[in-house]
Amino acid sequence: MKLTTVVRWLGGVTVAALAALATAQTPVEISFYYPVAVGGPITKIIDGLAADFEKEHPGIKVKPIYSGSYQDSIVKALTAVKSNDAPTLSVLLSTDMYTLIDEDAIVPFDPLIKTPEDQAWLKGFYPAFMENSQTGGKTWGIPFQRSTIVLYYNKELLKEAGLDPNKAPANWKEMAEYANKLTKRDAAGKVTQWGVQIPSEGFPYWLFQGLTTENNAMLMNAAGTEVYYDKPGVVEALQYWVDLVTKDKVHPEGIVAWGTTPKDFFERKVAMIWTTTGNLTNVRANAKFDFGVAMLPANKRRGSPTGGGNFYMFKQAKPEQQAAAFKFVRWITSAERAAQWGIDTGYVAVRPDAWETPAMKKYVADFALPAVARDQLQYAVAELSTHDNQRVTKALNDGLQAALTGTKTPAQAMADAQREADRLLRPYRK
Amino acid sequence: MNVHAYDARGFARGIETTAAWTLGALWILPLAYAIWTAFHAGEFATHFAPTAPLTLQNFATAWNAAPFARYLLNTILLCAMILAAQLMLCTLAAYAFARFEFPGRNVLFALVLVQLMVMPDVLLVENYRTMNALGLRDTIVAIGLPYMASAFGIFLLRQTFKTVPRELDEAARIEGCTPLQVLWKVYVPLARPVYLAYALVSVSYHWNNFLWPLIITNSVESRPLTVGLQVFSSTDQGIDWSIITAATLLTTAPLLIAFLLFQRQFVQSFMRAGIR
Amino acid sequence: MTRTSAWLHGWLLLLPSAALLALFTHYPAVATLWHSFGSTPKGARPSVYVGLDNYRQLVDDPIFWQALTNNLWYAAGTIPLAIALALLMAVWVNGKLAGRGLLRLAYFTPTVLPMIAVANIWLFFYTPQYGLLEQVTGALGLPAHNWLGSRNTALGCLMVVTVWKEAGFFMIFYLAALQQMSPHLAEAAAIEGASRWHFFRRVTFPLLMPTTLFVLVNAVINAFRLVDHVVVMTRGGPDNATELLLYYVYEVGFRFWDSAYAATLTMVLLMLLGAAALAQFGFIERKVHYR
Repeated sequence: MKLTTVVRWLGGVTVAALAALATAQTPVEISFYYPVAVGGPITKIIDGLAADFEKEHPGIKVKPIYSGSYQDSIVKALTAVKSNDAPTLSVLLSTDMYTLIDEDAIVPFDPLIKTPEDQAWLKGFYPAFMENSQTGGKTWGIPFQRSTIVLYYNKELLKEAGLDPNKAPANWKEMAEYANKLTKRDAAGKVTQWGVQIPSEGFPYWLFQGLTTENNAMLMNAAGTEVYYDKPGVVEALQYWVDLVTKDKVHPEGIVAWGTTPKDFFERKVAMIWTTTGNLTNVRANAKFDFGVAMLPANKRRGSPTGGGNFYMFKQAKPEQQAAAFKFVRWITSAERAAQWGIDTGYVAVRPDAWETPAMKKYVADFALPAVARDQLQYAVAELSTHDNQRVTKALNDGLQAALTGTKTPAQAMADAQREADRLLRPYRK
Repeated sequence: MNVHAYDARGFARGIETTAAWTLGALWILPLAYAIWTAFHAGEFATHFAPTAPLTLQNFATAWNAAPFARYLLNTILLCAMILAAQLMLCTLAAYAFARFEFPGRNVLFALVLVQLMVMPDVLLVENYRTMNALGLRDTIVAIGLPYMASAFGIFLLRQTFKTVPRELDEAARIEGCTPLQVLWKVYVPLARPVYLAYALVSVSYHWNNFLWPLIITNSVESRPLTVGLQVFSSTDQGIDWSIITAATLLTTAPLLIAFLLFQRQFVQSFMRAGIR
Repeated sequence: MTRTSAWLHGWLLLLPSAALLALFTHYPAVATLWHSFGSTPKGARPSVYVGLDNYRQLVDDPIFWQALTNNLWYAAGTIPLAIALALLMAVWVNGKLAGRGLLRLAYFTPTVLPMIAVANIWLFFYTPQYGLLEQVTGALGLPAHNWLGSRNTALGCLMVVTVWKEAGFFMIFYLAALQQMSPHLAEAAAIEGASRWHFFRRVTFPLLMPTTLFVLVNAVINAFRLVDHVVVMTRGGPDNATELLLYYVYEVGFRFWDSAYAATLTMVLLMLLGAAALAQFGFIERKVHYR
């Protein structure tokens, strides 16, 4: 063989080898937006999870981007989509599913779920959480940080009021009675301690869905094209809430802020609060008294909406990014990780097998309260979610706030909300 | 200070002083309380206890909770970039309006004045679309670009340049200066107090701007302090006021300290600029 | 300088500013008008011409009317109050009161803070049950009140925040103008026997008209432009009681992604600002005295 040929051949091989090395070493980078809606050092935990994943999967780099509240996150995600700069994944409210589909922003996970193990994994989530994650026979979201509403109550204050501190109110009548005993007024008649507090700011519809579910009233249909705001069951539920404020006077007037409700609880300004189970770790860390967690009180039945965020995969992600992202989603929702996430935050671990892991068993043995939300799952329903979700829920939110501030009667408020929602949903009903 | 013939005397003066001081106290109260809260632990945010121990922990927590250093850098870059561009562009435009006769000058000036009333924030939906089309979304340049041609700056500088005596202009021209050299040698030095006043207004305006940067930025690399603060404190998590006030102080400290150090110059420059 | 050379120089000097202004002020204004006559593109569906449909939707939209009335009340509530307070503060700081420097500092400091920071601080203030305001009213024996959570007081609370932030800024301009006034005027008037109030009304205030005009322009613009505190404190609630026009534009454009309707709302905003501009420069201009 001639020398030049050998040199050329060597050169070719070297180049090829270098090229192979280069592509092999270029890691696939996936980014994901995540919101924080509960107290706790969430950012640190997420960064830790990303680092752990990268260690186990050296070819993939994960870039978590904190994007504010759920509201901020959906705005950011859609903004990014519209300027061709979408992240690979995002944790967004499970209710944003229809909006994301309508904006042609996401792709379903089904093409990536190929092997039998994958399919078993998909079936391994709590059905209640999958209700807001699937539509039209496809899976658009994977549950990640999910929750239900629970009732937190101050055991010390219950004891003070002569109630059994280990028995939370089991139904609406009891809750009103308890709240009555727990409302304290000073000499001037000003309330120094409220009996119960249900936040009505930010996303009042979610808390309200607790009441409507307990009254056996559904707020929307499965296809997300109809809402039933003005049904009698719904109006009744709103009347109960308004009565707590105006008739029983055991609930603060006006609009109650979401963010300060846990703080009000810590400050003993209120004895019972309705808020997400995701705040459990926060409450545990900050409540300097013995507190309990209970399922929401029943009326015709027990019930709570599910809440929280799913992973969504964006259409603009390249195929290798999607594959890597799917690996990440599978990894982070495996039994051990889901369990650890639930322990660290207070969110409900999204799969039954997560509750069977040794870490979770030990945790629940020490601290039984997280299991309350899990046990409530059998009574949980899908969260309000429709096409043009933001606007349709705003119509309900406005109506709720109008009723709670006394501007409209519950019936009027819900009728107006229904009218607005019908107008918005008409284009989606073919 | 002028001795005013109508200055209050005696008892009336006493009343006036008290009234002025009460208003002043009321005015400073919110900020003072916020500062107090930031330096004390969370429990004291809701129970005012004068002898509570001071702590810097809130600032440490806030600083670690979000990349405020990066936000600060972004904001400094943003304000510097905008100011530099504004000074240059507005000087040139004001010079044109003040000293050159060309057809359509008045119409153009009226069009410039439109921006006085209609700021780019009001047109945020369309400007967002434009930025998208330019491919500049989520960059610091994108935040600043709509503001670089400032109607206020042009207006102010035009007014100032008009007061420069024409003789100086002609003298420089006779010495053989080109128009730009005349601008640089004659007009700019004479307008220095106005530049200073304008710079102060511009920096404080853009340091504190929020809505437009909110929608045009998405990532930490381009977010200014105001948006960073909002993202930080808008979470639906339990609000810890001492940390939020600490974060608020962190974002406002640079401007506040600069103001406290230079308030004399700040106020003087406004006065000398003759903005009436 | 020849005519053509003046022509050329003028245009060249103007070009960069003109280009940017056209791109970010004039073009968007026209584009807004154009887009308000089309439908919102969604996903793969492009925008189609719909004539006045968006405007009809606007007229039928109760939230729009609420936002408009809110904004007008808001402007009426903040502008005169802020200007009056600013003038008062300037007069006090200009006089020989004790601790003048500190007073000036106290009045002006809120201006230096970003509205976002101001809103956060006041949100803390207004928190029911343990916010500072509640603690103060409680100490005074007044009943408890959910300031931001009730429809009657929420907008008022926002107005207070705005006035708190803006008065100091306007004060500086009045201060500058007051200090430019010759003391001889006051002396002459005092000799004539004019009362303090008379002097103020007949001499000081008219001479301050240019400043008042300047401050008024600023205040009007801010009343429509500054919605940062809505974002932080109430997000338009309760039940749209604090929904301001630009905030509604933001919601419709960036939360509901209904860009055509957002353009329509922006047109209303532009028309309001245009009307305000005409009113100020046309009507008040006549009353301004220049020396």
